[in-house]
Amino acid sequence: MLSQLRSLWLVLKHTFTPADTVQYPEQKPALFPRYRGRIVLTRDPDGQERCVACNLCAAACPVDCIALQKGEDETGRWYPEFFRINFSRCILCGLCEEACPTYAIQLTPDFEMCEYDRRNLVYEKEHLLIRGTGKYPDYNFYRIAGKSIGGKDKGEAENEGKPIDIKSLLP
Amino acid sequence: MKSMTIGTPWQIFGILVSVITVSALLIWVERRLIGIWQDRLGPNRVGPWGLFQVAADMIKIFFKEDWIPPFADKPIFLIAPAIIMMTMLLGFVIVPFAPGVGIIDFNFGLLYFLALSSLSVYSVVLAGYASHNKYALLGSLRAAAQSISYEVFMGLSAMGVVMLAGSFNLREIVEAQRDGWFFLPQFAGLLAFTVAMVAESHRGPFDLPEAEHEIIAGFHTEYSGMKFGMFFVGEYLGVTLNSALIVTLFFGGWLGPAFLPPLFWFMLKCAVFIVFFILIRSALPRPRYDQLMNFGWKRMLPLTLLNIVVTGGLGLWMGG
Repeated sequence: MLSQLRSLWLVLKHTFTPADTVQYPEQKPALFPRYRGRIVLTRDPDGQERCVACNLCAAACPVDCIALQKGEDETGRWYPEFFRINFSRCILCGLCEEACPTYAIQLTPDFEMCEYDRRNLVYEKEHLLIRGTGKYPDYNFYRIAGKSIGGKDKGEAENEGKPIDIKSLLP
Repeated sequence: MKSMTIGTPWQIFGILVSVITVSALLIWVERRLIGIWQDRLGPNRVGPWGLFQVAADMIKIFFKEDWIPPFADKPIFLIAPAIIMMTMLLGFVIVPFAPGVGIIDFNFGLLYFLALSSLSVYSVVLAGYASHNKYALLGSLRAAAQSISYEVFMGLSAMGVVMLAGSFNLREIVEAQRDGWFFLPQFAGLLAFTVAMVAESHRGPFDLPEAEHEIIAGFHTEYSGMKFGMFFVGEYLGVTLNSALIVTLFFGGWLGPAFLPPLFWFMLKCAVFIVFFILIRSALPRPRYDQLMNFGWKRMLPLTLLNIVVTGGLGLWMGG
């Protein structure tokens, strides 16, 4: 009986404890840079699309909400012809971001994407693509990778040696 | 012996409307208070301080699908929620709000209340029985057992007050408390009566008939829409009625310093007890079923019997 009275008293004392509630629309919650919200496609520092349409994000996605089609421009760069994320399926798990070899796909601290019509939750490439570089400001895949594209042949990437002539006997 | 007096139609109508309004508002009060005690805010969006939450809930619940399960016993299924509303509203008939404010004033008011509170159990029992659902039936079985064990000492715990006042008439009981409220000489009675009242209204911690962690929603598992709403409002009517009864029997009813009108004193005391009801619901865990039974039969019943013996003995000894 005494413990019941004690718990009544302890609960009653909470009348004067300030509430922990964050009054959301007026009072924004603190979101941190690594919060997993709306997905964006970023660009490299030169302003080119980072996405190379490798399909790894779509393969990693546990709910299959990513669809894309590879295209190749005249310089040999790969790019997605379309890139579609169905946010009504997306569970914001961030596996696509982890799978991405070029830091193209990133999750941002923004979750306010309600729609009255479900179809409006299907984001196309023009909705996903942002102007900036996201979390990795200096990374440029084609300047680092060994793949030859127009204007940059093999061996011309950063920290890359000349290709070895495997037909030659000289060291 | 006074004859039966009946309030004017305006009084009856006013009491009916205000009682139902208060009970509906209690939905908001309870959610808000529990929120505060759990360091939340509770509903605060609809209207000032969320006060119109009740209206929003009502509109919602009226437009919900009112589904009657095909396997249910239809007539009984339909009258079960009406019974609880009816008995609880009829219970307010005898509540002495203030001198001259009330519906009926008759000599066996307390007995009438005890009878009605036993009748209200039928609502719960029939609801579970008519649902043809094993969880609902379990809930109503629990309700029946709980009511039997708690009603016994509910009646007995009020007998001390009756001995002191010498009347079953609630107005005379209030008048008898002019020299001192009965909660001091009848403290054991107050304890037992409060416990019985909580058990009677099937609210936490004695909400075993609807224990949602064990048996889904107990007796109203199969109810939806406004029929469920009637169980809900009936529960809050019960809370209001029970606090009114506690105030009348133990805390001097409308009596209080004269700078405020008697009706205000009565409402204030009732409000305190309603808040207390909500507090125990939010603070105390639900006991196990056998603990509940043990507590009723082995602790509260002897306590009330002892209270009656001591009160009667003292009354005789002091030459009452």
